[in-house]
Amino acid sequence: MPATSAGLPERARPVLDEADISRALTRIAHEILERAKGAEDVMLLGIPTRGAVLAKRLAARIADVEGTTVPVGSLDVTMYRDDLRLKPARTLERTEIPDEGVDGRLIVLVDDVLYSGRTIRAALDALNDLGRPRAVQLAVLVDRGHRELPIRADYVGKNLPTSQRESVKVRLREHDGVEKDAVYLGTESETAL
Amino acid sequence: MKRHLLSTADLSRDDAVLILDTAEEIARLSARPIKKLPTLRGRTVVNLFFEDSTRTRTSFEVAAKRLSADVINFSAKGSSVSKGESLKDTALTLEAMGADAVVVRHSASGAAYRLANAGWTTSHVVNAGDGTHEHPTQALLDAFTMRRHLGGLEGRRVTIVGDVLHSRVARSNVRLLATLGAQVTLVAPPTLLPVGIGGWPCEVSYDLDSVVPASDAIMMLRVQRERMSGGFFPTEREYSRRYGLDAQRMAKLPEKAIVMHPGPMVRGMEISADVADSVRSVIVEQVANGVSVRMAVLYLLLSGNQSAIGPDIAENDNTEKKGAGA
Repeated sequence: MPATSAGLPERARPVLDEADISRALTRIAHEILERAKGAEDVMLLGIPTRGAVLAKRLAARIADVEGTTVPVGSLDVTMYRDDLRLKPARTLERTEIPDEGVDGRLIVLVDDVLYSGRTIRAALDALNDLGRPRAVQLAVLVDRGHRELPIRADYVGKNLPTSQRESVKVRLREHDGVEKDAVYLGTESETAL
Repeated sequence: MKRHLLSTADLSRDDAVLILDTAEEIARLSARPIKKLPTLRGRTVVNLFFEDSTRTRTSFEVAAKRLSADVINFSAKGSSVSKGESLKDTALTLEAMGADAVVVRHSASGAAYRLANAGWTTSHVVNAGDGTHEHPTQALLDAFTMRRHLGGLEGRRVTIVGDVLHSRVARSNVRLLATLGAQVTLVAPPTLLPVGIGGWPCEVSYDLDSVVPASDAIMMLRVQRERMSGGFFPTEREYSRRYGLDAQRMAKLPEKAIVMHPGPMVRGMEISADVADSVRSVIVEQVANGVSVRMAVLYLLLSGNQSAIGPDIAENDNTEKKGAGA
C-alpha cells in the first residue's frame, strides 16, 4: 500500500500493512487464550485512543476463536501520567470499565505502541485505584524499544527496532478514517498527520 | 502566561465545551470506590471566602481534594479579615505561602478580577462569585446539567426567573448559554432587572405564564433579601404568585423540561416544596455535578505547564515567575 493514501509523505515507511496487523491480532488472541487456558476471567482494557480500538478488535478475535465474549473496556491514564506538568493541560479520554469490575480478573492492557513504558506505568497506577486484578498482562501491536522503566509486554504484534529520532504512527480504520490499517515508521515530520 | 477563570464572558465556545467534556469524563470516574486521582498532588488550592457559602466552598474543597491537591480554607470569619485586613494583604499573605490557585468569593463585584490582575499574586484565580457580577463555575455546572438532560444546548430554550438584578448566577448563565448556542429568556418584575439588560444576549419577559410552555429548562433564582435595601415588589405573596414556580405552573412545562435552582432555595417563595422535590427537579444533581465541573476547571487550569482554558493574559507584574511545579 502506498504511504500517500493515508495523507503521509512517501518517505514514511509502512512497516505493517492491513494483513500484517490482522495476522498479529489473531496470533495475540490465540496467545492470550493459550496462556489463560481459556477466556473465563479475561478482561481487555485498551488505553485510548488506538489501544481501545485494538482491544475491541482483540475481543472480537477471541469471540471468533473461543465462542465466548470477553468483557472489553478502555482505561484513560491521563490523570496518572508523570509528564503532566511538562506539557499543556491534556484532554481527558474515555474510561469505560465493564460492569464485571476488575477484582480477581486477568486484565490484559492493550496499547498500540510500547515505547518508554511510562504510559503503562500510569495504567498500572490507574488500575490500582479500580480494584485488585488477579494478574495484569500487556499486549501491544508494536514494541519499538527504548524502555525507560522496567516494563515489558506479554504479547507483541511486532518488535520494531527504531531510533529515538524516529516516530511510529499507527493508523486504524475505525479511528483515523483511513481506508486500510497500517503502521508507519519515519521522522516526526514525516509521520505527522 | 497565567490563566484564570473570572467570567464566563472570557470563555470561548471551545473552552466551554472542553470544560464540559472534561467534566463528563470526570463524572464517569466518580462512581469508583477510590475517587481520588493523583493529578494535582503537591499543588495547593486556597479557598478564599469573604462571603458565606456552604455549597460552593465545600464543592471546591471536595473537587480539589479528589485531585489530591492540598486545600486551605480561608474564610472571612475567624481570619484576620474580620480584624480589618484588606483583600490585598490577604492575597500577599497567601502568595507568600505559595498557593497555586486561589478560589475567591467576595461581596464586591470585580474582586476576582482585581486579585488576578493587580500583580498581588502569581496564582491562578478562580472566581467563586463576586458581588452581583459573575459566578462562572455555577453557570458551567448548570450548562453541564442541562446538556446531560437535554442532550445538547444548541437551540434549547432556557428560562431564568427571579431576582436577575442581584444574581451573578443569571449573569454568568446568560453569557455562557449564549456562547453555547442556547436561547435564554429572563423573566422578572421590571424592578429586579439590571440597567442595560437590552445589551445582553437574551430575551426579557415580565410574564412567566407565557414563557413556561416554551421552556426546555427553567431556572428559579432566589430573591436576595440580603442585597436589597428598598422595596422591589409589593409583597412576598404577590411575588410568589406571579414569579414563583408551583405545581400548577410546572404542569405547563413541556414533557421533558427540567427544573433547576442554584440554591439556596427559599421553599414557598420562588419555588414550591412539591416542585423542588418533584421528578423534574434536578436541583440535587446540580450539586453533584458541581464537583465534577470544578474538578474539570482545576484540572484544566492547574495540571499542565499551560492552562487549557481562559483568555491569554500577559503577565503584567515583575514579580518572580513561579514554575508550574515550583
